[in-house]
Amino acid sequence: MPKANVTFENIGITVTVPAGTRLIEISEKVGAGITYGCREGECGTCMMRIVSGMENMSERSVLEDKVLQENMAGRNNRLACQAQVLGGDIVVRPG
Amino acid sequence: MSEIGAIEIAPGTHWVGALDPGLREFDIILRTANGTTYNSYCVRGSAGVAVIDTVKASHADEFFARLEQVARYDEITTIVLNHLEPDHTGALPELMRRAPEARLYISGKAQLMLKALVKHDDLTYTIVNTGDFVELGDRTLHFLNTPFLHWPDTQCTWLEQQGILFSGDVFGCHFCDSRLFNGQVGDFRFSFEYYYAHIMRPFREHVLDALELIDPLPLKLIAPAHGPVLRDAPKSYVQRYRQLAAPLLHVGADFKSLLVFYISSYGNTQRMAEAVRDGAETIDGVRVSLYDLQAGGDLPFVDLIEEADGLAFGSPTINGDAVKPVWDLLSSLAVIKVRDKLGAAFGSYGWSGEAVNMIEDRLRGLKLRVPVKGVRARLIPTESELAGCCELGRQLAQHLTGSNEPKIISMSELLTRESPHA
Repeated sequence: MPKANVTFENIGITVTVPAGTRLIEISEKVGAGITYGCREGECGTCMMRIVSGMENMSERSVLEDKVLQENMAGRNNRLACQAQVLGGDIVVRPG
Repeated sequence: MSEIGAIEIAPGTHWVGALDPGLREFDIILRTANGTTYNSYCVRGSAGVAVIDTVKASHADEFFARLEQVARYDEITTIVLNHLEPDHTGALPELMRRAPEARLYISGKAQLMLKALVKHDDLTYTIVNTGDFVELGDRTLHFLNTPFLHWPDTQCTWLEQQGILFSGDVFGCHFCDSRLFNGQVGDFRFSFEYYYAHIMRPFREHVLDALELIDPLPLKLIAPAHGPVLRDAPKSYVQRYRQLAAPLLHVGADFKSLLVFYISSYGNTQRMAEAVRDGAETIDGVRVSLYDLQAGGDLPFVDLIEEADGLAFGSPTINGDAVKPVWDLLSSLAVIKVRDKLGAAFGSYGWSGEAVNMIEDRLRGLKLRVPVKGVRARLIPTESELAGCCELGRQLAQHLTGSNEPKIISMSELLTRESPHA
């Protein structure tokens, strides 16, 4: 199964995960300090920043795109509860 | 309505705000011994009239009565909103209804709040940034984007020809005195300081950025959104903000500061705290300080925390919870910026030992980084548990100095852990 390496820059930890894993599943387990609300892509609480490796993330869904826009997100922001890792190296941090 | 009418603060420029002398508590978090004012201003130019900010909805009648003394609604071409909080925008929907030709000028970040406040489908407005301006004929309003003072949307407006800075909440305070000008009202110095400490302090980096824009202005008068109009020595308030936003005196070599707070019933959590300190001190470039929360009083600790880079909290578990002095301190941090500081927890317990995880969750909620799993010890810590505390301190210090080893872990390994942390 393809793997991805997700580095949580703020706590200096890299997790090797199967492709298709949502960031929320990893960040909760690793204690990365990303806060969550609805966990369903509606509230925007879990907005996080992709420091590098956006090309290794799933595309934004219509819902995620709408919520990010409503929260005035930058182009490097994603919702941890929606974004899936596809492979390669990804560096993330809260907010 | 109170007896006073619109007050001219410069030729053609009037205060048309509202007095709220009975207010004793503002937005839950602030107390005031003599109320507050909601300051709104009306600027008349040769080719238009601008209203800068409005008032709280409950005081709208007062505002409109004063505004009508100095302008007709069909003369108003411009409405500037320096800050969208309801105490300044409560009268906005009605003002827009009465002056439908007026154009709104807001910062980019203010759009979200504007749409939440004014539920018009065909809402139109102009977004402005530093460098943008609007002309009223012989008067020009320049915009200064000053975000996070104290909301993301905040901006200041500079009336060039009269040297007036309409500063929004910056340089404001909750102090109500109908004599209005700083040289005439009662002694409001404490209110000015109190307002800064509770409203602006968490954003001191943004305060310093804003002062870079404000400092070069040839200020003759500062017209804030609350409290006295600062006509006498306006520059001194700018200087005072600079002093208040400056870090505490720092002498000696550069170091990272780690504070270890603890509270201990039988000395067990204290011994763990000492071990955390000892471990951290083995790393060069870190200054470690140990504080017993039993000494009480959150205020000096809040000051210390504002300046620190890392925080470790030691608490016993009593009835399944961390103890109150720890929560008291952790609930007192809204007045400072703690985001991205390093956090950790440890503690001795008798039966269940929930305190450490609860503190870690709170620290994450405050957006601290919690990179090292906390240490728990049942009653008297063993040598090995004390060594664990020492290691906790050492690793924290390494994270502070950037000398920590990158850690790599697999998802499957992570899933077997019982609590968050790699």
